[in-house]
Amino acid sequence: MSSEVDNSRRRFLTAGTMVVGAVGTVMVAVPFVKSWSPSARAKSAGAPVEANISKLQPGQLIIVKWRGKPVWVVRRDKSALATLEKVVDQLRDEKSDESLQPDYAKNWHRSIKEEYLIMEGICTHLGCSPTYRPEITADFQGGFFCPCHGSKFDFAGRVYQGVPAPTNLTIPPHYFVSDDVILIGEDGVA
Amino acid sequence: MSEKQTGTGLIGWIDARFPLTKMFEEHLSKYYAPKNFNFWYFFGSLALLVLVLQIVTGIFLTMHYKPDGDLAFASVEYIMRDVDWGWLLRYLHSTGASAFFIVVYLHMFRALIYGSYQKPRELIWIFGMFIFLALMAEGFMGYLLPWGQMSYWGAQVIISLFGAIPLVGDELTLWIRGDFVISDATLNRFFALHVIAVPLVLLMLVVMHIIALHEVGSNNPDGVEIKKNKDENGIPLDGIPFHPYYSVKDIVGVVVFLILFSVVVFFMPEMGGYFLEYANFVPANQFKTPEHIAPVWYFTPFYAILRAIPDKLMGVIAMFASIGVLFFLPWIDRGKVKSIRYRSGAFKLLIVILVVSFIGLGYLGALPATETRTMFARLFSIGYFGFFLGLWWISKNENTKPVPERVQ
Repeated sequence: MSSEVDNSRRRFLTAGTMVVGAVGTVMVAVPFVKSWSPSARAKSAGAPVEANISKLQPGQLIIVKWRGKPVWVVRRDKSALATLEKVVDQLRDEKSDESLQPDYAKNWHRSIKEEYLIMEGICTHLGCSPTYRPEITADFQGGFFCPCHGSKFDFAGRVYQGVPAPTNLTIPPHYFVSDDVILIGEDGVA
Repeated sequence: MSEKQTGTGLIGWIDARFPLTKMFEEHLSKYYAPKNFNFWYFFGSLALLVLVLQIVTGIFLTMHYKPDGDLAFASVEYIMRDVDWGWLLRYLHSTGASAFFIVVYLHMFRALIYGSYQKPRELIWIFGMFIFLALMAEGFMGYLLPWGQMSYWGAQVIISLFGAIPLVGDELTLWIRGDFVISDATLNRFFALHVIAVPLVLLMLVVMHIIALHEVGSNNPDGVEIKKNKDENGIPLDGIPFHPYYSVKDIVGVVVFLILFSVVVFFMPEMGGYFLEYANFVPANQFKTPEHIAPVWYFTPFYAILRAIPDKLMGVIAMFASIGVLFFLPWIDRGKVKSIRYRSGAFKLLIVILVVSFIGLGYLGALPATETRTMFARLFSIGYFGFFLGLWWISKNENTKPVPERVQ
């Protein structure tokens, strides 16, 4: 008996060793994989930023840097807000159901105050930065145009149909610290 | 061959400790290649030459380059202006990248028309496809390093492709970038992958590619297996030793290649904005997207397929499928005849469709999209995928010509 090989026992031990080895390999891989995540420094650089909007003129757009991304603050005038109604049947996600925004910006003007639009200037297609096209013409009711692949957005960053961008532009969390100052990167305390 | 070589002198001493003569014979002086290779067979050895060129120039570039978001762009200009012969090292490397893809595309086309991917060479083809993938990763990550506008926004576009993957997409892009946007962290890790990780994989794959080739033997323009007809010593009747016959012949190819290569390096290193894009002479600016983003020419065919489809996820799937489908070529082609010389008119027509579609897509992918161009890109995308569908369809009962017993 002692000279005979117990194959099932040997197979069990081989399989067991392999499983333990595989688990160990996966565990060793964790630090290597995790090292690719944003570092503590990158995360702290992603802290909320303040912007003073007291000098913003109607129709004007300023860019605020948050997490290395351009965040637009646009002061929309009456005519720009009026276009939002006109274009609804040309939009892909008119109610912003598929798009990313805090609940307080999920309304027809996609902002807290009608006048001020705070939005990430990054195309939802492939991450280019669209250009601001405030001119209202017969062909295009104004808004944003992405030069990379031709995606069009209205004055609330809502995407038109028939362009490559899948969803509306993203609204970052933000709140009004006062009438003149906004904080980008954090939800306000309700 | 079973008993150990008992040579004398230095070689004999080495042979007793390391299979030097054995390897030399196996892979060069007693590797019998078909005698009817034509110019299409230059591109394998040329690819090897360019690989060496890229590794050598790359090593010397790393001695001056700084993989740092604040310093990278300036360090490349420093190489161009202040480092002795730095401009040459850089232009050799940047032109070499494009040359690599030209040579590899021609090498792949050769395999396509002479059926070099067919049984028993499926693994050679698959190793080759992995080399192609590694090469694309290498080209993509290398293009970020100069940290110009096109480096930055090109990488932004390509990394965002992974964001199209449902559920994990956003987390995945964050992980690849190591930051909320493309930044120093991204540049640094791409540098590491570009200079060591991917080249190691590439070298290993090249070795596997060649070992697999030398195991089954080379195909040839007639698609005839030369191992079927051997003389009394077991040497293929239609085979000639790779060395000296093809080693010498390949030198002719090398000379012609180096003449053309030098013309580009010395007189048109930017190649009209195709090898080095003009927007890349502006430092990366994360707040300003260039008016027109186009990948370097060797990615444009696949990029045009991505753009041709109006849905993001479907576009990404189609783009990856256009590369992925190539892996299955040995099984998509159900034909028994290898060479285009003895295949049907339908096969030749399909090859023409593929070539026109691929070049058409490459041309369109470099241009800004308009409605007419998008329509053509869709047409060519159908042509590209149509090739594989058509090949599968016609190859089952193909009307082929008789294949000769021996090389003609």
